[in-house]
Amino acid sequence: MPRAALIELLRPGDVVIANDAATLPASLQGVHPSTGMKVEVRLAARASLAPGDVLRFNAVVLGAGDHRTRTEDRPLPPPLAPGQRLQLGPLTAVIEELLGHPRLIALRFENSVMDIWAGLARHGRAIQYAHVPQPLELWDVWAPIAARPVAYEPPSAGFALDWKLLADFAAQGIVFATLTHAAGISSTGDAELDRLLPFDEPYHIPAATEQALRRACHEGSRAVAIGTTVVRALEHSAALHGVVVAGDGVADQRIGAETRLRIVDAILSGTHEPGTSHYELLQAFADEHILQRADRALNAGGFRTHEFGDSVLIERANSLVESGQGPLDTPGKRRDFCRTCERYSSEVRRCEADVIFSANARTGRAVRSPYTSRFLRAANVVQEPGRLSSAGRLVGCSC
Amino acid sequence: MQTDMQTPRVLITGGTSGLGLALVSELKRRGAHVAFVARTAERVADVAREYGAQGIVGDVARKQDIHRIAVQASGALGGLDVLVNNASDLGPTPLALLGDTECEDFERALVTNILGPFRLTKALLGSLAASGREGRGSVVLNISSDAAVNTYARWGAYGSSKAALAHMTRIWNEEMSAHGVKFLALDPGDMDTPLHALAIPDADRTSLKRPSAAAIEIADAIADLLPAALPGTVRRAS
Repeated sequence: MPRAALIELLRPGDVVIANDAATLPASLQGVHPSTGMKVEVRLAARASLAPGDVLRFNAVVLGAGDHRTRTEDRPLPPPLAPGQRLQLGPLTAVIEELLGHPRLIALRFENSVMDIWAGLARHGRAIQYAHVPQPLELWDVWAPIAARPVAYEPPSAGFALDWKLLADFAAQGIVFATLTHAAGISSTGDAELDRLLPFDEPYHIPAATEQALRRACHEGSRAVAIGTTVVRALEHSAALHGVVVAGDGVADQRIGAETRLRIVDAILSGTHEPGTSHYELLQAFADEHILQRADRALNAGGFRTHEFGDSVLIERANSLVESGQGPLDTPGKRRDFCRTCERYSSEVRRCEADVIFSANARTGRAVRSPYTSRFLRAANVVQEPGRLSSAGRLVGCSC
Repeated sequence: MQTDMQTPRVLITGGTSGLGLALVSELKRRGAHVAFVARTAERVADVAREYGAQGIVGDVARKQDIHRIAVQASGALGGLDVLVNNASDLGPTPLALLGDTECEDFERALVTNILGPFRLTKALLGSLAASGREGRGSVVLNISSDAAVNTYARWGAYGSSKAALAHMTRIWNEEMSAHGVKFLALDPGDMDTPLHALAIPDADRTSLKRPSAAAIEIADAIADLLPAALPGTVRRAS
């Protein structure tokens, strides 16, 4: 189906969450003055999203050449050592550290913050790969909703969205929300390095998004993530706080078949090759069997599998709540089934408070972590021994 | 004291002379985070130093510069709440009747006055809409002219392009207000600026409006459209 038909797979009340990070021109051609050899530096991570926090980056270094050569076939860079400089167009960087791999470095720019932004904007290019040989401009890699330039590669599932679709969402009562997540590089051309992916990725969740998700949970609506980075950010926040809490964080977890998703019910994603961290993440939604079947169907149907290609919507099989599976409660409204409690209830919602539940079970008394107390305040929860219930607001499973 | 969350982040094009420079000064005075664009690196550095604003070297008439400007503005300000499309081109100078206007001069006026603002707005639309969603409010203010409305002989290239800009502004507003991004075109009046001197070299300068006075009006208009007032703003009674 065409891109705009995504809306036919959604329901009124669904919250669609996208990553609005624009992509930095993070590929910097330059020279390693100690040897005089050409290098390509691909910025890959920084500590936060703060606009002034651009002096230090982690980066992957490749030898001479550009994206037209497959990353696996690129020559190695010269041996790198702390203290050496890299001249990257108008920018100068010092290698501060090797990060456990001869091509993965921590670098520090010696320019001012303003000069770094100007240098990246004027000298940097979008990171790209051999399957798209023509040089990409920023307008090729920025989705229509792209906002702050903090991603290293495009959060490409967002290409499915345009302003017309967002207007249609609003008309049909589908809620649109965003977060900003510094999507990292997807491949380095080095198996050993690729195993370290994804690197830690800072993110920001706006208050409006926290509220939209809380409302969705209360109403039993679905949270639909546009892309893997959205899942990583939301599930990271929820693992830490019990619910998604607005603010800044750094996603450092891996998501895979063993992960129990707390927030996201469905994901719109490109298709990904087995063995990549993105594929691993999809296994949290559907088992390998289903994904392989989907892969075969996509290949047979001639769908395009790269980041500018086609998308799939995967709803998770292990959803905690099976909406409307139970007996009729009131006319027209069926009870939900909670997989965690294995019970029917008209009160069941996704058990977003389960982190607090388990903490209760362990300590047998009120939870005092700063995160849960923030959650308790925010959600207006009345706490009782061994369980949580809400005053006028559902925040957890009341089975 | 305004918290950082409420401090508007503003980008002004054509920020090193005339109204643009006055806006840099006025919005800095009100405590906004200000970035500006202009073509001449030396002038940009001077203004950036003098006003403590973030200078961006670029030309809104050049397609290749648009996303570079957007990266620096949204990147270094950490997002964007207000875009002022101020940079303008007169078309032929001295001004000429349409029949005497070189196509290249007409084209340059269109590229600078309508296509450039369209491209820059589009490149920054994601940042502006993000501010809208987050309840910070978001405004695009396009500098128009009475030449966009009235038919003055010899103002054909400029007047046509500004009329198109004013109309585009209304359509943008129609489409984006639901996303929390408001669009407004304002005619600042006849001001004593280098652009005016280029158009009417023998004008009586004492009869012209000071750019700083126009900048105060424009800053007020922006503040009226934002949920949080710009510091130092006296809200007009409505």
